[in-house]
Amino acid sequence: MYDEDFLDFEQPVIELKKKFDSFLNENPNQHEKNNDLKKKIDDILKKIYSNLTPWQKVQVARHPKRPHTIDYIENLITDFIPLSGDKKYAEDKSIISGIGTFEKRSIMVIGTEKGNSTETRIKHNFGMAKPEGYRKVQRLYRLADKFNLPILTFVDTAGAFPGKEAEERGQSEAIANSISVSLNIKTPIISTIIGEGGSGGAIALATADKVLMLENSVYSVISPEGCASILWRDPNMVKQAANALNLTASNCSRLGVIDEIIPELPGGAHRNYNQTFVDVKKSINNNLQELLKINEEDLVSLRNEKYLNITSNLNQLP
Amino acid sequence: MNWLTNFVRPKIRALVGKRDIPENLWQSCPNCEKMIHHKDLVENLYICNQCNYHFRLDPTTRLNILFGKEEYNIIEIKNSFDDPLKFKDKKSYINRLKEYRKKTSHNDALSFASGNIENEKVIVGVLNFNFMGGSMGNAVGESFVKGVQLSLKEKTPFIIFTASGGARMQEGIISLMQMPRTVAATEILKKNAIPYIVILTNPTTGGVTASFAMLGDVTIAESGSIIGFAGKRVIQDTIREKLPDDFQTAEYLKTHGMVDIVINRKELKSTLSSIIKHLKNN
Ligand SMILES: [Zn+2]
Repeated sequence: MYDEDFLDFEQPVIELKKKFDSFLNENPNQHEKNNDLKKKIDDILKKIYSNLTPWQKVQVARHPKRPHTIDYIENLITDFIPLSGDKKYAEDKSIISGIGTFEKRSIMVIGTEKGNSTETRIKHNFGMAKPEGYRKVQRLYRLADKFNLPILTFVDTAGAFPGKEAEERGQSEAIANSISVSLNIKTPIISTIIGEGGSGGAIALATADKVLMLENSVYSVISPEGCASILWRDPNMVKQAANALNLTASNCSRLGVIDEIIPELPGGAHRNYNQTFVDVKKSINNNLQELLKINEEDLVSLRNEKYLNITSNLNQLP
Repeated sequence: MNWLTNFVRPKIRALVGKRDIPENLWQSCPNCEKMIHHKDLVENLYICNQCNYHFRLDPTTRLNILFGKEEYNIIEIKNSFDDPLKFKDKKSYINRLKEYRKKTSHNDALSFASGNIENEKVIVGVLNFNFMGGSMGNAVGESFVKGVQLSLKEKTPFIIFTASGGARMQEGIISLMQMPRTVAATEILKKNAIPYIVILTNPTTGGVTASFAMLGDVTIAESGSIIGFAGKRVIQDTIREKLPDDFQTAEYLKTHGMVDIVINRKELKSTLSSIIKHLKNN
């Protein structure tokens, strides 16, 4: 139930957990006392997680055990058929994609995948896509459009890959055109930010009718580390940068940048896989049902209007 | 013009106190370090006569060169608010904005004007690198949308000169939203078959490159301009190998198929005129 990858601010839990483990070892049959300790741990987690700072949320969002795109596909989508390649240059494994069934409906599912071991992280290039990745997204968006498949995306990336070849093959053009294609699709697009929503690499997959965000996910124009070193000229100012950037789900919701926050249980999604899948599924499905009521033409024009006017009313913030 | 006249004349002018001479009469070329007299620089459209380096232009100089002095109308676009996040790093964003407004006498980094190229009326946007590195926040996004709407209303070609370090970090997530916002505006041009021409100037990087700057019907880049998504240093730190000397230059991008035309500033106006003529001919 409690994994061992504790974050620095979870110190009080670590001590209790140690106590709990050793007590359990010595007295395996004292259920009452065990339950007491367990409850204590739950209470502390609840307390910590109800007051996470933006920087702490960044850490939770990047937690290596946090459910990734692969996990969502496995748990939310049945008869998944992976589809690969941009049909121009290469297959980019930092983006997983394919067709499958979601709540009895055929859909297109696409998401950035960071990997969860040294081997898989390298395989997926740490979730940082190259132009061929974004061009695969465009190809599959058009495929979905052609066959009337709603599109579900899962966003978890530090950003687009900064590399020589990525530049040569047109990283900027690929991102720009992914956004452009997103604005022309006649089927519903729902994007869920499940971990890190990093800058241009994220918006390429998050230009959508509805953008949902897990409570402890972050969505930002630059990493707090990058911001601290550029604006403060001091990499140690990450906490200040995280505060200033307004990158949490509640910040993004207040600013009208996202449409819905999906709550996480105390301890975060990485401690509560099953409930997270249930909640994400429910939230996506509710939004999908609403979007399916809108006709194609209106859907496209509503999506375009949404982005033409986004952030235009921030002077009337509550 | 020989060295002596070039050198002596400014001093005499300084004595008679002529006012329209800029204080710094000699400028060194950022590329080859040659000292160039201001007058020569103006005559040569701010191109180094030794190495062909294209100096950065502020919007006024750019528009003067494109249309001729006072032969265009500035389009005033009022932005709805400043500093929605109350952002503060070492300095507060609102004070930074005040400083740059004073320094540049522009409200933000994107200015618009309308004028004629040959006989064709056009709407022209110019990103100002001198205004917080031409960074894109709400004001730039909002201006871009309004510029496009004006272009639609008057059915005039839409031309934009880019120069930007990318997103305006001081507006956090709001600045990221200007990417889909400006792209949505380019969709309006596309749907209405209004010519959209992008001129990439030095430097154009980050969120501006990865949104409206790469979506022109025709993409022109001024010779030698640095154009890219990620910064050279970031890339070098990531891949830990040496990058070619001409990496991310306009010429390099053309070789890799990312721009239509690399141009010398002196050829720009006539090329623009021809392109617009062809796109609007039939
Ligand atoms: Zn020079």
